[in-house]
This record gives sequence, structure tokens and C-alpha cells, in this order.
Amino acid sequence: MHSSGFPELPSPSRRRFVTGLAMGGVAAGLGLLVPGKGWASPSQGQLSVLKGTDLSLEIGTSTVNYTGASRIATTINGGIPGPLLRLKEGTTATLRVTNRLPTSTSIHWHGIILPSDQDGVPGFSYKGIEAGETFVYRFPVRQSGTYWYHSHTGFQEQTGVYGPMVIDPAGPERYPSDREHVIMLSDWTDMDPERLFLRLKQQSDYFNYGKPTAVDFFRDVRSKGLGEALSMRRMWNSMRMNPTDFSDVGAAAYTYLMNGYSPSGNWNGLFRPGEKLRLRFINGSSSTIFDVRIPGLKMTVISADGQDVEPVPVDEFRISVAETYDVLIEPTEDRAYSVFAQSIDRAGYTRGTLSPRPGMEADVPAMDPRQWLDMRDMMGAMGGDTSGPGMAGMDHGSMAGMEGMDMSGMDHGAMDHGSMAGMVSVRHAKTEYSPAVDMHVDMPRTNLDDPGIGLRDNGRRVLTYADLHTVGGSMDEREPGREIELHLTGNMERFIWSFDGVKFSDAKPVHFRKGERVRVVLVNDSMMNHPIHLHGMWSELETPEGAFQVRKHTINVQPAQRVTYAVTADNPGRWAYHCHLLYHMEAGMFREVVVS
Amino acid sequence: MKRIRKRLVATALLLASTSPAWAQEMIMGPMQGGKAPADARSPDYSDGVDYGDMTGMDMNDSGPYRMLLLDQLEAVHGRSANGQSWEAQGWYGGDIDRLWVRTEGERSSGRLEEADVEALWSHAVSTYWNTQLGARQDFGTGPNRTWAAVGIQGLAPYWFETEATFYAAAGGRTAARLRAEYDLLITQRLILQPELEVNAYGKADRRQGTGSGLSDASFGLRLRYEIRREFAPYIGIRFIDRFGRSADMARAEGQPVFDRQVVAGIRAWF
Repeated sequence: MHSSGFPELPSPSRRRFVTGLAMGGVAAGLGLLVPGKGWASPSQGQLSVLKGTDLSLEIGTSTVNYTGASRIATTINGGIPGPLLRLKEGTTATLRVTNRLPTSTSIHWHGIILPSDQDGVPGFSYKGIEAGETFVYRFPVRQSGTYWYHSHTGFQEQTGVYGPMVIDPAGPERYPSDREHVIMLSDWTDMDPERLFLRLKQQSDYFNYGKPTAVDFFRDVRSKGLGEALSMRRMWNSMRMNPTDFSDVGAAAYTYLMNGYSPSGNWNGLFRPGEKLRLRFINGSSSTIFDVRIPGLKMTVISADGQDVEPVPVDEFRISVAETYDVLIEPTEDRAYSVFAQSIDRAGYTRGTLSPRPGMEADVPAMDPRQWLDMRDMMGAMGGDTSGPGMAGMDHGSMAGMEGMDMSGMDHGAMDHGSMAGMVSVRHAKTEYSPAVDMHVDMPRTNLDDPGIGLRDNGRRVLTYADLHTVGGSMDEREPGREIELHLTGNMERFIWSFDGVKFSDAKPVHFRKGERVRVVLVNDSMMNHPIHLHGMWSELETPEGAFQVRKHTINVQPAQRVTYAVTADNPGRWAYHCHLLYHMEAGMFREVVVS
Repeated sequence: MKRIRKRLVATALLLASTSPAWAQEMIMGPMQGGKAPADARSPDYSDGVDYGDMTGMDMNDSGPYRMLLLDQLEAVHGRSANGQSWEAQGWYGGDIDRLWVRTEGERSSGRLEEADVEALWSHAVSTYWNTQLGARQDFGTGPNRTWAAVGIQGLAPYWFETEATFYAAAGGRTAARLRAEYDLLITQRLILQPELEVNAYGKADRRQGTGSGLSDASFGLRLRYEIRREFAPYIGIRFIDRFGRSADMARAEGQPVFDRQVVAGIRAWF
């Protein structure tokens, strides 16, 4: 691995870590270039834009200061994020990437369907880009939408090597807008990510400052009684699991960024009241799942992972790591709006402002209270009647925790899995019974209409995967010829992450036969979300009944959930397949997929 | 004083016998741990395809990793003497196999009273448990014995960090040590740590001042404040009690059988 040689984390001043500095950002100055789209004024905080078919990127180092301490970041063209690459469908893109770092680097074009040797994964597509070298990527652009790009080398993604990419369609946009903003969310840490990873190996709850405490216990005793306060903790504690383990890395290490601005920095995007705006959200974080909303505005989701979907009006959406969502908004009032993105662990947030004039500010909402993972997140379909469709409206609020569930009366072995209507039993791999795995979900939930922990029954209309319908349906109507079942496994205490209990370094490749339509079955045998990304080919998510749902490049699998998706294996080569939480990937939650 | 001793023993027994926890573990068996069922599938989807001439991603998934934990580095104020005491461990290796070194000891009135160092091969055998195999060397005023050591170490249900080690030395000597500790979070940074250690011996050792059977137990309560995760000052109390022949021998030497100490120190790790 390539040490970036960062100094130690200074004694943390929480406020600074949460909100960052007012100035912050890359010292060299963020680009203020304006795309040729008739902006009202050269507005503050626009990403620098590279547009065309022959573009050059330089990866080097820059000094940044988000927390009051200067750090060396690895950056693309000197900025965090890197420049917005604006390509056009139907052209051939030539992207020249020069490495000005003293170590090897790489750029992967996330979600782009291209030849394997242009995919930018060192050790799979090519050997990487050595210090001082320029690698010229060249590939036909056959899709449109919102994507991104990032280093696939070591921890460089965490230290700044990422940027947004927008591909304009060959024809007109399906959902035209008057103006658009790219909003790239990310997480920054002053810690050397190698040290951060070591800390997770040494003490996996190192960054969790939201663990249940004795103070919480006595509060629960007062409000719920002793019996319930004890019983809601019993199973967690007996299993040695933490009900607030949402993120491995939280605000204790992270400052959350919007287009490279900390919350204090307050990224600002402009609009004219009455305009229709398209916001292209990209989660370029290493380890942070965000919940996004714009208080006072309805958002209409029109695209997921670059693929147009039937419009869905929502108040809020969860964007897992590496996902992209495009939304339309129509602000009519002459006022500022906060774009608010809180992390899934409710330990921090980032925000920016949309306003008619520069420098305005709107109220920033308080973060939602932290909820405990509930039975569904631990036991899937056994944790509540959520396996069938249309159950999302049920009130599970009273189930936060374990109250009332007496597990000692349950005998998993004696239950007849087959006879339980609507439930799906799973096939665990024989390698899942090892020290690398801390739990097995025998009857996962399969419904896609659960917005996930922290968003359930919050009074807002929250997007779920069940809402997403790709315009035009599936690209391959064939019924998958076979199934490949993989389980998402981990040991949260030892911080081991894997598929089927086998880490990448111990695993064999997964083989897709060229041309086949194959169904991938993912079962999450853990209590964390995992955004699973297959390179080179689309993942067509299916409904619990096996019908086409939505086409994506990154599929977030919720705790104790089973999802299936179909892949058309038409792109030969060696492809990376992994959890996009950087520290899970580096810990071993990674496979090579070979199409041949 | 008698009452405190009774309570100490009762607490010791409660902590030592985690039987309700074990029972729970058995019930939760299907969700955690267990053996692969006969019809468990293979994780191999390679159809014989291998990695070929590409190197594959350069990842961090096989280590080595490391840790050095100074769990207790403290000044001790007891009724009979003042001194210092420590308890530390370190490990180096991958996820499954690690070199594990631990040491504990105490100085009193400027003299090394007793100390030991263990070097163990730690091997992960289940989700939360490691087996440990190696050797222990004693130092201090007593006989500096060398022991073979075999034990288990891990996280018991309800988050008890637990070590149970059996020792064998020349002359048919055997010994056992059980240690358990727990982190009670009062707040996210203020943490009360009860710790129990019990020693037992297979036969009496006059030079060491221990009788056969249960020899001594100590129970500590340390309240630490994590200024950062890696660094926490603490204050605490510690009760030490000797039993049976060990107590008689201590009495005969004019040593206290029961001691109550006030401790202050730091917990740090790297």
C-alpha cells in the first residue's frame, strides 16, 4: 500500500469536525469556471468543468484545510472534487491521466460500460499509472446521465481522488430543465486512511460515539420500565453487537463535504425563482451513506445511477456510497433553501444553499435522532412482517429495539422454512461458519419498499428502491439461465469483511459465461448496509417476485435483506466486484468477476 | 470487612460463571457461529477460471496488523505498601493468526514483587474466540518459573473480555488464571471498567507462597476518561484477597490476606 504519510490526528475538536471551517477547501482555490449554459452570474462554488472529447487530468497533491489543520490531499487538477467531466453520448472519449504523485495511481470511470482494459482497476484492467506516467483512456461513450470517477488504488479515494462526470444524451434530455447543479457529497478525514483502517482493525467501534450508555439505560428505565430497558438490550449484548453500528467511520473522523465545501464553507448554487432545476447528486464518499432533503421543496427523482426512471416525487432520499440520483426541483419563492445531507449514523451532516443571489443562507435543520437498528435489520423477515410487498405502511416504530421479542422461545431449527408463505430461505456457503462471520440470516427480508434504518416512519415521503422504475424497462428480456448466490458477510468485532466468509485474497474469481443472462442473489448476513458495485455491466435489480425493477451500477443491500438482480454478461474481461465502502473493500469484501 | 470479602467472592463467582450468557449463546446458535449444514453450498463460482497473469488488486485484507495496549499502568496505594503495577498486551499478525504477548506485574517499595511475560500464538477459532498457545515466564521475588501456556481469549456474550489460561511447569506444577473485564459506558468517554482476576494452582508452592486450589483473586474498578480513544487517565480501587492455604502462608509471613488499594494511572494504546 502507498502511505501518504499524514501526521497524526490532532486532538479532536468535535465542532470543527462536524461543521468544518468557514474557509476550508483546497487552498489553491476551487475552480470558478462556468459551463456555457447561460448562468445568471459566475456564481460562487461551481465545479470546474472540462467539456469535450479529449480531456486531460493530472493527479497530484494539494494542501487542504477543512478542520483547522493543514493536510496534504491527493487531488485531480488541484481540486476536491476533481473537475466535472462533461462528455457526450455517441462520441469517443479520450481521457489523458497524468500521474504527478510519487506513487502509483489509477482512475476508474464508475458506472461506465466500456472495454475491460479501459476500466482503470490496477491488477485487473491494467497495471495502474506509475509515477510520472500518462495513461490515455479511449472508449466509446454509449450512455448518458450522471456518473463519477475515482482512484481505485489504495486509499486515494479517501484522500481526494474523485470527481463528477456527466454525459449529455445524444438527443434531447428526457426531462428538460432550465438549469442544473452537480452536487457531489463526500467525506474528508485528517487521518491517514491507512492509520484509520488500522484503528478499525484494532478497535472496530473506534469512531462510534453513539453507543448505548448507562445514561441511556436509566433514561429508558424511566420511560419504559426496567423490564423493557433490559430486554431491548439483552439480545444485542448477548450477541455482542451494537445497535448503533451504522457507519464504521463517523463524524469523529469525518468532515462531510458538498462539492468540496464543508458545512461552514456552505456550497452555494444559484437559481431564478420559477426555474426548473436539475440537481445531479453523486455520493463520492469513501464510507458515508447520506440522507438528503431540501426542506421546503419537493424533489422529483428522474434518474438513478445515470439511468432515467419514471418520475417519483419525494421529500427525501438515501444515497448510498457510489450511487447517483438526479432530481428536479421547482423553487418559486425568492428565498434560500438548504440542501441538507445527514450521515446515516446521525453523527454529522453536510449542507449547501440554493439561493437566488450569492451568499444567502437558509435554516439548517437539526439532525434526526439516532435510532437503534431493529429486528428487521438483524433477522430479516423473522424480525417483522415486512417480507411481503405493501407492508411498508406498517408501524414498526414501537419495535425499535428488542422489546417483547423473547428469543429464547424460538427454535430456528424446528421451523419449517418452506411452509412460511412469502418468506425466502437461503443457502449459506459452507465457508460462512468461520471466525470471519458473525451472523447468519436464515430468512432475509426481500421487500424493496423499506427506506431503511433512520428513515422509517419519519413523516416524510422517502424514496425506496421499490419506487424506481427504469424508463423502457430491462435491456435484456431473457429469463436468467442460472443463479449465483453470494452472501455479504462480516465480523464487525474483528473488522473482517467478505463474500461468503471468504476474503478477496483467499477467493477464486466468479465466472460469468460470455453472453449469458445470469441472476445474482445477494443475501446480507450482516447488520450493515453494503453498496455492491459490479464493474463493466449493468445490474438490473428485480422485484421480490423476479420482475424487472431498476437498472443500476451500485445496489445498496440493507441489513438482513436479500436482493436479486440480473446481469447480461456481454462484456468480456476481468472486472472488479465489491462493496463500495472503501474500508470494507480493503478488508476483503471484493471479488473478481471474469466474463469469458 | 468480612462483608466486603463475601461480596467480593460473590461478585467473582457471578462474573466467572457466565453460564446464562453461554445458555443464550446456545439459543442464538443458528444466527451466530455453529457448523455448516450438510447441504451448505460451495462459495466457488470460478468454473476453474483462475486469476491468470494479472496480479489482482493490491488490498489490505491480509495484514499484518498490530496493536500495543497498556491496559493498566498505575500507581498503587495500599494499606501495606505503595508501588506500581502494570498490565499490557500486544499483538501482531493477520485476522486469524497472531503473535500475542502479554505481561503483568507489580513493584512495591521500589522492588519488583511479581511479574510475568507470556508469548502466545493466538489463533481465531470462532467469531469471538481465539485459542492461545505458548509460554509464560515469571519474574520477581518468588521462583522464576517457566510455564507452558494454553488458553482461550475472546469476547463472551454481554461484552465480557475474557481470558482463561492453563499453565504447566516442571515438577508437575499446574496453574490457571481467569481474567474478565467489562467496559461500562457511563457516557461515550467516561467508562467504568470492572476487572476480575482469579488464580489457582494445582499444588502448593511454599517459595511462591501459594497453596493448592483457589489462591487469590483481585477485583478492580477503574473509572477512565477517554480524552481520545487511545489515551485515558483513570482512577480506581482494587481489592485483593487470598484464600485457603495461600492466605495462611501470607498470614505467617505477616503479609495482609486482604488488601484494598487505591490506584491511578493511564490506559493507552497504539
